[in-house]
Amino acid sequence: MSVMIILIIVSILVALGFLLAFLWNVKSGQYDDDYTPSIRVLFEDESKSLSSTNNNQNKS
Amino acid sequence: MQVEKFYYDNRIVKNFAYATILWGVVGMLAGLWVALQLVFPSLNITQYGTFGRLRPLHTNAVIFAFVGNGIFMGVYYSLQRLCKARMFSDKLSKIHFWGWQLIIVAAAITLPLGITAGKEYAELEWPIDIAITIIWVVFGWNMFGTIIKRREKHLYVAIWFYIATFITVAVLHLVNSFELPVTLFKSYSWYAGVQDALVQWWYGHNAVAFFLTTPYLGLMYYYLPKAAQRPIYSYKLSIIHFWALIFLYIWAGPHHLLYTALPNWAQSLGVVFSLMLIFPSWGGMINGLLTLRGAWDKVRDDVILKFMVVAITAYGMATFEGPMLSLKSVNAISHYTDWIVAHVHVGALGWNGMLTFGILYWLIPKIFKTELYSKKLANQHFWLGTLGIIFYAVPMYWAGFAQSAMWKQFTEAGQLKYSFLETVTYMKPFYAMRSLGGTLYLIGALIMVYNIIKTVKKGSLVADEATEAAPLQKEFKPHSSEHWHRKIERRPVQLMVFSLIVILIGGAVEMIPTFLIKSNVPTISSVKPYTALELEGRDIYVREGCYVCHSQMIRPFRSETERYGEYSKAGEFVYDHPFQWGSKRTGPDLAREGTGNLKKSDGWHFRHFRDPSSMSEGSIMPAYPFLLENDLDISNTKAKIKAMQTLGVPYEKGYEEKAIEDLVSQSLKISNNLISDSILISPKKEVIALIAYMQRLGKDISIDKP
Repeated sequence: MSVMIILIIVSILVALGFLLAFLWNVKSGQYDDDYTPSIRVLFEDESKSLSSTNNNQNKS
Repeated sequence: MQVEKFYYDNRIVKNFAYATILWGVVGMLAGLWVALQLVFPSLNITQYGTFGRLRPLHTNAVIFAFVGNGIFMGVYYSLQRLCKARMFSDKLSKIHFWGWQLIIVAAAITLPLGITAGKEYAELEWPIDIAITIIWVVFGWNMFGTIIKRREKHLYVAIWFYIATFITVAVLHLVNSFELPVTLFKSYSWYAGVQDALVQWWYGHNAVAFFLTTPYLGLMYYYLPKAAQRPIYSYKLSIIHFWALIFLYIWAGPHHLLYTALPNWAQSLGVVFSLMLIFPSWGGMINGLLTLRGAWDKVRDDVILKFMVVAITAYGMATFEGPMLSLKSVNAISHYTDWIVAHVHVGALGWNGMLTFGILYWLIPKIFKTELYSKKLANQHFWLGTLGIIFYAVPMYWAGFAQSAMWKQFTEAGQLKYSFLETVTYMKPFYAMRSLGGTLYLIGALIMVYNIIKTVKKGSLVADEATEAAPLQKEFKPHSSEHWHRKIERRPVQLMVFSLIVILIGGAVEMIPTFLIKSNVPTISSVKPYTALELEGRDIYVREGCYVCHSQMIRPFRSETERYGEYSKAGEFVYDHPFQWGSKRTGPDLAREGTGNLKKSDGWHFRHFRDPSSMSEGSIMPAYPFLLENDLDISNTKAKIKAMQTLGVPYEKGYEEKAIEDLVSQSLKISNNLISDSILISPKKEVIALIAYMQRLGKDISIDKP
């Protein structure tokens, strides 16, 4: 059942990667505000002053 | 700060939306067709249209084509808006889109041709596996590129679900697709037997987790608040359940192998993690449903919210059922039955299907700057879909429970009460009812197609949607002359991702072959490699997708050992590349088909392949007349034996040179046997090889007298 060693190593590596990402999240202040992000997604960011186009000409 | 003007790319969203709809209909049609084949076996038309070849087509189409494109549609729309940035590269978007569609077309061509790796939900052969890897990396590149150039500092929780999806699916696909190519269209899994089974279900379960669940939860966290016009119930809960979910999911795979030859401690590990999964899963469901607290009146009027509520409810039911099915005592009843088919369809039709429909109805009018053509038709779709799910699931639950009870029923004299065939014919009305449910669901989807075509005609695509946002303030200005590594150090996420990928590929290439070949030393000395003819027969078994309906894994229950013989041992499968344990018994288990009281004559098998119902009245197995006509292709036999040797199968030295000779003499023996049963057939036909394989099954540790 040596394949288990591989799977466990791989799974732990993935988990470790996510753990680092989580720690980075906490450290960099991603989770300091746990309310406004849920409101912010509701705002439509479309602007009246700009014209949308039906072609490919304008891109950022 | 200067506000920047930029444009969202809606064209790519539209393309993925169209692909979602197209492949959705194709996948559902394929599903309905294979459902009907179980009721009317005569619908198995030609060798390219048998159930064994078409069911993988259905599952691949629904999972990777319908849901896959649904994921990309939802991600490409929401990611741009959440990051306040256009997708990183239009070119990458295009390559991603067309690459993925080409992969789907390749799957749709190769699967009916019988080109398959023989592992459930990972059937596609190695060249397509490589293409999937490349396109998946393109997707990730495009996604991370967008995240890096974002104008919004905070990464909304949906984005984390997308990131987890990308990374984990990449890892799963790489590890499970480790295979040794023999020809362009044939490869052998690098793993064998019980190891292959564990890798496969580690992959299989996480495909459910990270392809059908996490991306769709991400979509739920974006589109549900948008459709309901209110924030998610608890953002804090969304963060907590995200991290809990991804840390638990990856350990749950072994619950697909309860009571099999997998070591017991691994089974228990899978059970414990599967049980724990109920908490983060329901965290998501509760968060979704409570978002609508105080707004249930909206659900009454808004058809989009109706779709989403049913989707989230189905998610809640399926993720309650999942942990329950992982309990060994429940699994003893449910495994191998249609109960599992019901379970996955509550997930697929309910959670994935209904959420996709809800998103489509919301998104298409948005990017075409118009209103939905008909709310009434959408309502009809909703009710047809919901009823379809019920008409599908209820008969299947009933069928599964009834069949399992019949399999386990003993008479007072201590003998099995029902033959396997009796349990099959009992299933037919349920299979018919299930097709009705599927039909309703499909009609609903077709109504949606009409509704969307009309909506699209009414509006016009806003291909590049103008918007503006302030750029993200740079917190740090680099020195003009700094060491190159400092640049990488400032990018922790990218660093993590790239190092993970590098470590995985390096580690896999280095470890897997050495590890696995050593462990292929047989633990049961009487277990011998397949002869050349049996190996060719086994490849036909894989090609025809026999594993879709037949298991090769007898669990240690009296009801099974009585019916099929001695329970299966891990050591019996050490030369099985890939393993063929199966997960469903639409037909009986075949692990001991060549031995004990199950043994049949070569002539029986021959007649049974030609027309199953002639030997077992009422059988729903497809007929395989083409096996009697096609000549066995032996041009690769030597290469196959050599590949097996590379994989560590201990053929005697020089066997690859004698392989053909051995194959011919064994075929002659079988065809002579058939002559004595008054069947005249050339020994060169494919059916001879398959019979050889059937007669070999279970023989290694049989206690029969020679």
